[in-house]
Amino acid sequence: MMTEEIIISGFGGQGVLSMGKILAYSALMEGKEVSWMPAYGPEQRGGTANVTVIISDERISSPIVSNYDTAIILNQPSLEKFEDSVKPGGRLIYDAYGIAEPPSRTDIDVYEINAMDAAAEMGNAKGFNMIVLGALLKVVPIVKVEDVLKALRKTLPERHHHLIPTNEAALRRGMELIEEK
Amino acid sequence: MKDSGNEIVLMKGNEAIAHAAIRCGCDGYFGYPITPQSEILETLALEKPWETTGMVVLQAESEVASINMIYGGGAAGKRVMTSSSSPGVALMQEGIAYMAGAEIPGLIVNVQRGGPGLGTIQPSQGDYFHATRGGGNGDYYVIVLAPSSVQEMADFVDLSFELAFKYRIPAMILSDGVVGQVMEKVVLPPFKPRRTEEEVIKECPWATTGHTADRPINVITSLELRPEAMERHNLHLQEKYAVIRASEVRYEEMLTEDADYLIVAFGSAARIAQKAIGDLRKSGVKVGLLRPITLWPFPTERIAKLAEKVRGILTFEINAGQMVEDVRLAVNGRTPVTHYGKMGGIVPTPDELIAALKGDFEVEKQRG
Repeated sequence: MMTEEIIISGFGGQGVLSMGKILAYSALMEGKEVSWMPAYGPEQRGGTANVTVIISDERISSPIVSNYDTAIILNQPSLEKFEDSVKPGGRLIYDAYGIAEPPSRTDIDVYEINAMDAAAEMGNAKGFNMIVLGALLKVVPIVKVEDVLKALRKTLPERHHHLIPTNEAALRRGMELIEEK
Repeated sequence: MKDSGNEIVLMKGNEAIAHAAIRCGCDGYFGYPITPQSEILETLALEKPWETTGMVVLQAESEVASINMIYGGGAAGKRVMTSSSSPGVALMQEGIAYMAGAEIPGLIVNVQRGGPGLGTIQPSQGDYFHATRGGGNGDYYVIVLAPSSVQEMADFVDLSFELAFKYRIPAMILSDGVVGQVMEKVVLPPFKPRRTEEEVIKECPWATTGHTADRPINVITSLELRPEAMERHNLHLQEKYAVIRASEVRYEEMLTEDADYLIVAFGSAARIAQKAIGDLRKSGVKVGLLRPITLWPFPTERIAKLAEKVRGILTFEINAGQMVEDVRLAVNGRTPVTHYGKMGGIVPTPDELIAALKGDFEVEKQRG
């Protein structure tokens, strides 16, 4: 029996909510129970945005949790807010670009990635969140990459389907970022 | 419009309300946007049900206009609804009292945010009083359903209309920013056609469907200047409320059989409580949950019964303590009743609830 409680947090506009949505849809494709709970509000105009995604084999009780198995941190305020809420033995993945003071916890696995740079190198700035998602899936293979692609096919309007290979490349690049560590 | 059949889909509670409205034969939606429920109107606008089922969707000029459009639609026997969030529903209270007085069915959805006044856009359950006590004037109630999941957001739309028309009473779905904004799996209800004009006339002989020679004129009003007649009308309303209290109480229980302590919580708070109870059980503390699904009528008798066998009851609400008054009335001193909650759009975590329960009842000491 598996339950994974994930917080994804960063600036509004970084694709935090949509990354969570793609993750949730992918889990749905695998028949898992899912919950996607955004901190909604003025975030989409540039403040901090975060979303709690829970994926489980059993019915999810609360969409709001006290602690997380995995935290994906994309800016400094998010690190300050959520570093202490990672469960001991849990994981924290952060993008180096937005972090001045790295996490200090030693009882969790910390992964630094350079997704912002990788996105720039790929000439695909909007692929940033998919690179981060790829890194997450390498660290916690909670859903299969094929199911992420299936979810994209299902949720993206037909006219955007030509972007799926670009998204797949970004996902794979994110996985490599972890492997290269 | 897609018919997903029995397919499991992932959507927000607000979106589920909109899809359920289209599917359950709703005749019209009238509303004014406000966070955290604007996706209801947005989803209806995207789905364009006026092109398929003929359902009217109208962005009114205000909440006051919306509720009076519901008054008109309901008076004509139509299944019509509005939705808003706390300050918007506050504006509607006069219209709701008029509907209650004139016995007009209809659905009002309140996706609550923190108050009082304009307050905040973050989740809250601070409108329990104005939903269950009536923010409008006079001796009236509305049926109040409190969904705790996206599935219940979908299911309660049709249920609200059924109850509203069965008793000629406004029904309210009292949700909040958590249940409105969260995305979960949901199976949307099957399509049910809108009632035909003939069906409306048959099922609503009281409605203003156009006078014909074979029946007296139907007058729909909440005004009656003769005190004796107004008293008779009030007594009739009270009789109706007694029937609803006797027949329509709904609640859900979890792990109450062997519980030493009971948490009473509704809506999103009940979900947080479920997680807390799971954790408490793992550490050997026997806690159960009573989740009122109807906030009016309230599960008074069931809570009174459970009060006889538990050592204490904690009422958990995302407010300063409102439902706790109904719980205390039900318990009537049989066992200690406490409250835990937060205000201002802050949603308590399961761990905070656990700490509150342990603090209130010194659970650890009793176990030791």
